[in-house]
Amino acid sequence: MAQFKAHSVLPGFNLALGYTLLYLSLIVLVPLSALFFKTATLGWGGFWEVATSDRVLSALRVTFVTSFAAALVNVVFGLIVAWVLVRYRFFGKRVVDALVDLPFALPTAVAGITLATLYAPNGWIGQYFAAQDIKIAYTPLGIVVALTFIGLPFVVRTVQPVLEDVEAEVEEAAASLGAGRWAVFRRVIFPALYPALLTGFALAFARAIGEYGSVIFIAGNMPYISEIAPLLIVAKLEQYDYAGATAIAVLMLLISFGFLLTINALQWWTSRRGVR
Amino acid sequence: MAQVQARIATHESQGVTLLLIGTALLYLLLFLGLPLFAVFYEAFRKGWELYWAALQEPDAWSAIKLTFIAAAIAVPANLVFGVAAAWTIAKFEFKGKSLLITLIDLPFAVSPVVSGLVYVLLFGAQGWFGEWLSAHDIKLIFAVPGIVLATIFVTFPFIARELIPLMQAQGKEEEEAAVSLGASGWQTFWRVTLPNIKWGLLYGVILCNARAMGEFGAVSVVSGHIRGMTNTLPLHVEILYNEYNFVAAFSVASLLALLALVTLLVKSLVEWQARRSGEPLQHG
Amino acid sequence: MSITIEHLNKQFGSYRALNDINLEVNSGELIALLGPSGCGKTSLLRIIGGLDVADSGSLLFHGEDVQQRDARERNVGFVFQHYALFRHMTVFENVAFGLRVKPKKQRPSDAEIKRRVLELLSLVQLDWLADRYPAQLSGGQRQRIALARALAVEPKILLLDEPFGALDAQVRKELRRWLRRLHDELHITSIFVTHDQEEALEVADRVVVMNKGVIEQVGTPDEIYATPASPFVYQFIGNVNLFHSRDHAPWTGQHGDAVAYTRPHDIDISPIQQDATALPVEVKLVRAIGSVVRVEVATQNSSELIEIELSRERFELAPLANGDKVFIRPRQIRVFATGVPHELSAA
Repeated sequence: MAQFKAHSVLPGFNLALGYTLLYLSLIVLVPLSALFFKTATLGWGGFWEVATSDRVLSALRVTFVTSFAAALVNVVFGLIVAWVLVRYRFFGKRVVDALVDLPFALPTAVAGITLATLYAPNGWIGQYFAAQDIKIAYTPLGIVVALTFIGLPFVVRTVQPVLEDVEAEVEEAAASLGAGRWAVFRRVIFPALYPALLTGFALAFARAIGEYGSVIFIAGNMPYISEIAPLLIVAKLEQYDYAGATAIAVLMLLISFGFLLTINALQWWTSRRGVR
Repeated sequence: MAQVQARIATHESQGVTLLLIGTALLYLLLFLGLPLFAVFYEAFRKGWELYWAALQEPDAWSAIKLTFIAAAIAVPANLVFGVAAAWTIAKFEFKGKSLLITLIDLPFAVSPVVSGLVYVLLFGAQGWFGEWLSAHDIKLIFAVPGIVLATIFVTFPFIARELIPLMQAQGKEEEEAAVSLGASGWQTFWRVTLPNIKWGLLYGVILCNARAMGEFGAVSVVSGHIRGMTNTLPLHVEILYNEYNFVAAFSVASLLALLALVTLLVKSLVEWQARRSGEPLQHG
Repeated sequence: MSITIEHLNKQFGSYRALNDINLEVNSGELIALLGPSGCGKTSLLRIIGGLDVADSGSLLFHGEDVQQRDARERNVGFVFQHYALFRHMTVFENVAFGLRVKPKKQRPSDAEIKRRVLELLSLVQLDWLADRYPAQLSGGQRQRIALARALAVEPKILLLDEPFGALDAQVRKELRRWLRRLHDELHITSIFVTHDQEEALEVADRVVVMNKGVIEQVGTPDEIYATPASPFVYQFIGNVNLFHSRDHAPWTGQHGDAVAYTRPHDIDISPIQQDATALPVEVKLVRAIGSVVRVEVATQNSSELIEIELSRERFELAPLANGDKVFIRPRQIRVFATGVPHELSAA
């Protein structure tokens, strides 16, 4: 009896755990398992055929490349934003800080139509690029813009608390040992932020891979060029090709799962190296 | 003298400071400020009357209603679950705890489109329960129940995720003290646990609600897009936009943007209140 | 109310927290459970309070087995190490909690609750803090509120987990005396856990010394200090010098392989050899600390220092300086044959 659970005087364990497991199973586990059973009906050959079709491969490529690019943009600028919010004081800082979470709160469809309007060739921002013959909306570049918006808060919010915890004393010690400001950042502060940056990157990337609402309005959705994998799932569903849609879903899950595992391993490795 | 030296040594030069602030603000302006402004600008472009007319349309009204219904079911359902899960995980030691935490986070790792897809696979015409459902004349997919289910799925982890680290940080000594003073389980929960997590709970509810009302991908897959019947606000925005009715699309979108702003405001207030009352929120 | 503990065992995984514990606590006694961290003292306290359950053994309150009774029904007041005050309630509401959660029939009226709470707050001398929140109190004040809260339900037994652990030295001292006085006033059977030997010896009627899940000795503070029952108790309580039989055969006697313990103030120093057992040593360090003078000496062929304490008056009669050659002889020494079941922990 003491095997599964340690004794506690607090009541309600069985009820709360039972309810948690039941609800989790009904809402999440059973439906998700349907994904794998459905794929199984295709058989290995059928699955392979769907997975390696040109359209699926290019949709996956578009999805992962744009997601990677957007997450990278967010690492660079997210770090700068986090740095500015933690280290400097300026007018309106609290409002800016609160606004960083806007992509979490703003429905993706709203973000999608707005970004499409702004970055269209005749839009407020798009017109300047159009003058240079650069098209943003309705190209993969537009997808990167939408995914950058969606992933913006992740890096900022993971780096911010870590940066707040960097002790001023450590920096002072480095400075007193003769390190210049850039050397202090590169050798003292950056290594402390590195795991958080990696986490932020992974979160933004994972979110971008699955993103649908904000992308479809700005992407143009041209097969082989600017069609993302989630859209292809929807397209297959509309043709009642459930097995095909499911196969792509499973493929996406597997790839992002593998990617997150790699990130976790990388993190584990860096944190082990960082043991003081 | 020494102090002046130290200050300089651990601060950037003024030029670098201004450059960094400038870069950050420009980036945020381009990606956040401008889009937010554009929503309202586009909505009011053709004046108040058209804005007002777009919101008074019966289809818009039914979309508003459906959005509220979905949130009104999904949020309380996930609230009860979040409290139960957090109580289990934070106050007891048992095997498989970290697996349970991972499973709770699962819906965040799944594309919204896939979240909708799984319910189609279960309850759609060709799904596991499809035949049985149609034999009994029950329609879940392309109907309101499917929308509610998909909404519950995508907002599933929000409240649990907020409460688990908070309750873990608070420990269980206060509950043990209450029990040793003779309180029953319910009394302990209502009088000791709940008041301690009220801000975290509210925070989770706000985020959960924002996502529930704004969800697009998952709902889009299960809705069937029947105007006036199975359209939520975000789906209604899509339809209007695809019909090139931009003013109406942005008018409806402005409602959602307003919701986002209110969410951010209340969220900041809750964070501030929580810090002030000495129970800082722990974000997991 | 008396407490009887018989053959109590508790295991956490592969770790044996309590190993065949037997203890009798008399009604109205104030008992200290003393030992290093991880010795099982807190586990024992939590089992008595019903916050944990034993794997086997019996626990009787006034002759009645209470193992099946859960914490709510044991009528035990528990004061937690970190106080566990309800942070969202005022001091008043904290103390009133135990009364407010009573079943309707037993619950006192609001006026009665108010009277009782204010009475308790004045007992702990903090009635002026009734409207404050725990976060606004000092550590010592929180400790006293936690005690008042535990007393509000009129417990028959009071259990305190490291009651002074989180406080600074000055406040600790004051609260210790205050707790002793309070106990003399109320006479509730009380058990407190501590790792501080001074605290245990000063406050408790009897001290239970624990180590690695077993009770090493139970006795009055005087007994514990003067006649430690085991090498562990000797080393844990007060300063001590240790002699191995192979180096100091005359002192360990005929015991064969043995170790001998003597307290620093139980050693005589003399410039001349007192008798055959006296040991020739050289003075290495002399340091006056308040009312005592600490002298460290070493034998010629050992680097191990022997600590001796002299009163200032005695030292001034025959002053010593570094490098002096003198003889030492213990006035009191206790010898333990090695190979006894208790392992010695490093001093």
